[in-house]
Amino acid sequence: MAISLTVNRKARTVDVEPDKPLLWVLREDLNMPGTKFGCGAGLCGACTVILNGEAVRSCQTPLADAAGKDIVTIEGVTASPVGAKVVAAWTALDVPQCGYCQAGQIMSATALLTASPKPSADEVTAGMAGNICRCATYLRIQKAIAEASKAIAGASA
Amino acid sequence: MNAVSVSRRSFLAASLAGGAALTFEAKLAFAAAPGATEPAMLGVFVSIEPDNSVTILAKNPEIGQGVKTMLPMLIAEELDVAWSQVRIKQADDDGAKYGPQFAGGSMTTPLNWLPARQAGAGARAMLVAAAAQQWGVTAASLTTSEGTVKHAASGRSITYAALAPVAAKMAAPDLEKVALKSPKDFKIVGKPRPGVDTPAIVRGEPLFGIDAHPAGMLYAAMVKCPVISGTLKSFDDAAVRKEKGVLAVVPITDGEIPAGKHNAVAIVGDSWWRVHKAREKLSVQWDTTGFDGFSTEGYTAQAKALLGAAPTADLFKAGNADAALAKSAKVVTADYAYPFLAHATLEPQNCTALWHEDGKLEFWAPTQDPATARGDIAKVLGIDPASMTIHMTRIGGGFGRRLMSDFMIQTACIAKAVPGRPVKLLYDRTDDLRNDYFRPAGWHRMTAGVDAGGALVALKDHFITFGENGKPMRAAGMLASEFPGPALPDVHYGVSYLKTNVTTGWLRAPTSNAVAFVFQGFLDEVAEAAGTDLPSLMIKTLGAPRKFPSADPDEPAFDTGRARGVVEAVSKFAGWTGKRSATPGKGRGFGFYFSHRGYFAEVVDLTVKDGAITIDKVWVAGDIGSQVINPLNAEHQMQGAVIDGIAQAMVWQPIEQKAGAVTQENFGDFPLIRINQTPGDVAITWVVTDNPPTGLGEPTLPPVIPAIANAIKDATGKRLRCLPLSLA
Repeated sequence: MAISLTVNRKARTVDVEPDKPLLWVLREDLNMPGTKFGCGAGLCGACTVILNGEAVRSCQTPLADAAGKDIVTIEGVTASPVGAKVVAAWTALDVPQCGYCQAGQIMSATALLTASPKPSADEVTAGMAGNICRCATYLRIQKAIAEASKAIAGASA
Repeated sequence: MNAVSVSRRSFLAASLAGGAALTFEAKLAFAAAPGATEPAMLGVFVSIEPDNSVTILAKNPEIGQGVKTMLPMLIAEELDVAWSQVRIKQADDDGAKYGPQFAGGSMTTPLNWLPARQAGAGARAMLVAAAAQQWGVTAASLTTSEGTVKHAASGRSITYAALAPVAAKMAAPDLEKVALKSPKDFKIVGKPRPGVDTPAIVRGEPLFGIDAHPAGMLYAAMVKCPVISGTLKSFDDAAVRKEKGVLAVVPITDGEIPAGKHNAVAIVGDSWWRVHKAREKLSVQWDTTGFDGFSTEGYTAQAKALLGAAPTADLFKAGNADAALAKSAKVVTADYAYPFLAHATLEPQNCTALWHEDGKLEFWAPTQDPATARGDIAKVLGIDPASMTIHMTRIGGGFGRRLMSDFMIQTACIAKAVPGRPVKLLYDRTDDLRNDYFRPAGWHRMTAGVDAGGALVALKDHFITFGENGKPMRAAGMLASEFPGPALPDVHYGVSYLKTNVTTGWLRAPTSNAVAFVFQGFLDEVAEAAGTDLPSLMIKTLGAPRKFPSADPDEPAFDTGRARGVVEAVSKFAGWTGKRSATPGKGRGFGFYFSHRGYFAEVVDLTVKDGAITIDKVWVAGDIGSQVINPLNAEHQMQGAVIDGIAQAMVWQPIEQKAGAVTQENFGDFPLIRINQTPGDVAITWVVTDNPPTGLGEPTLPPVIPAIANAIKDATGKRLRCLPLSLA
């Protein structure tokens, strides 16, 4: 059964099992491997995408649940002003070490800063605690979020 | 052999200087005729493009330690080009051409600091020689800068690109004699350089092993024997073959995977999600006889019994420790323990391979050690090592896990069954956790004697570890020269071995990540008994600057002067007074360790509230020699290693076994550190010494673990001697 969804502002149709997780639809059927597989259980955040404005774990999101929804992945995150500022801050501060988790980190940070452009330290912790970085780049992630927040404030001032 | 080929050989030989004894043939690729529009190769690493940009090959695997940026920095510095001119490309595995290509032991810097610079300087010398020839002037009258050769006397200048076709045909210089820059003239080295792949990472580009996608690729998932070392008895694949997308079922039993036995049955199909799901339809019988008696409880009970007995072998003996202890003013004794741990790289183990119709084998592999994998695969599959091509992908975390070849051998076995089609094997998280080469658990009974003057005079350690035939298993040993043994008159390090069915291996700062905790934690107790603090006891025990040779002939001596340097530096940096914390619930602790050629001392400030431990700040003083090559990455590696150490000390839970099988499933029962557990700050200071630069992937990690234990003692009065540290 063909299922339609919107990925990075493009209408896409896939004809696979409706219980196939969005993560694997992105990676295998839509040729978008930027979203990463880490745990398959919603515990690490490597597969985070933004679905109708909310950060979700795509490994726990069956395709059927994404039908008709608006999905943003790392490949399209800079299309939003907030996403572009997050990616710019990540680049400027050279946040990645191995880099494997960073797509998920950027998606969570983008969702966080979209909902709360000037997050408190506790909001940053709450918004990012679902994303594991095995290299422990957390100090730079905190700085990059602060930097992106400043850039957002500057742009809207 | 003519003079040119001799010098070319030395050009290559120099790139191997300091490395393992490798044999190789000179196979330099040189450019075609002058005026060519193709890039001109100058040696094996450097090609000058027609637009005067420079492509530099990065030869080592990138696991997040930053070598894909750092090695080309060294070459570009001596080539004398602007960093903005440089493009970087990952080399394939070809040790004969490039020299050692592994990511392990923090060895990339010490092995390449000179050879990489010599490769750059050699290429520069060829360009200068070409300009000298063209202009009829001496090479000595020429200077270079940002990819241009200049002749000051005549005001002429010419780009490297214009010279490259001629330069590529010049005799390569003797790299032992080629002039290198003075560090004060460095323009690229010592300046912060962002990671070369960072822009591609933040765009989500396919860089990692899991992203490899050669045309026509199939996917494979595995059903693994739940008990490591168990073997495949039989399987029934009738049902699984009927599942949608399943194309083949492949038993993996070929030979023994070196130092581990990872029998499995692989399901191959058109989607990993489908083949992974199809696993439930596969019925497999395993033979786990002889391996299903191993358990965490069993190890603990056996270790406890052994601790009370005499060691079965001596590691190091000097003087008479028992007699010295009997005479000591004070005797301190304590038992320390640490558990098995997994690596938990965030990118699960995976590999892609294509068994070509002509029998050649091509890999896209996230491997830390392609040369060893090549040899292991050749041995297990009975094929010619030269018939393999290994493309090295970016790696989603290594930490030592990907020094092992198991996942590549398994992929090769699967690829052989589907010739002509590339296939990607991917572990799920549970298999990744359960089929690791674990950091082995260990137990130590420590006993020390202190004299009336408060000096440490005698030391005993009975070390219980895992071994076979009187030798420790991989990463389960301890150096006989472990400090402070060589500094003391009466010492006895003894060892006894337990058996296990699981495979063990190198986890970031292997052996050090455990031994540092035991020795520096215990020495904090000794310091307390001696009426002093650990930095003071260390300085007293280190004594005058001197060198203690390592018991491992491949390892450098322990320099007590460099050790003292970082102990003093961190004490000053953190404002260490040696006084107990005056604030209830606040604690401060110290730890030192020498590993991977780096000297590190660290101070931890923490808060204990309602039994919960929060790390407030960590101070680090490090000595890795004369030069920090990329300060931006250096800071990153050190902060990451400190937080990784905090995770090992307080967050990660033991890998456990029941009836031979590892029981951990996922990040629920093997939790990794998260942003909410990160310290407020990790502050770094350097002690620069006149020694060759060494690596940073590992040596920052070990000292933080005992520093935390010692700070908890300071805050609460409770001495924790077992990892993970817990007040619960």
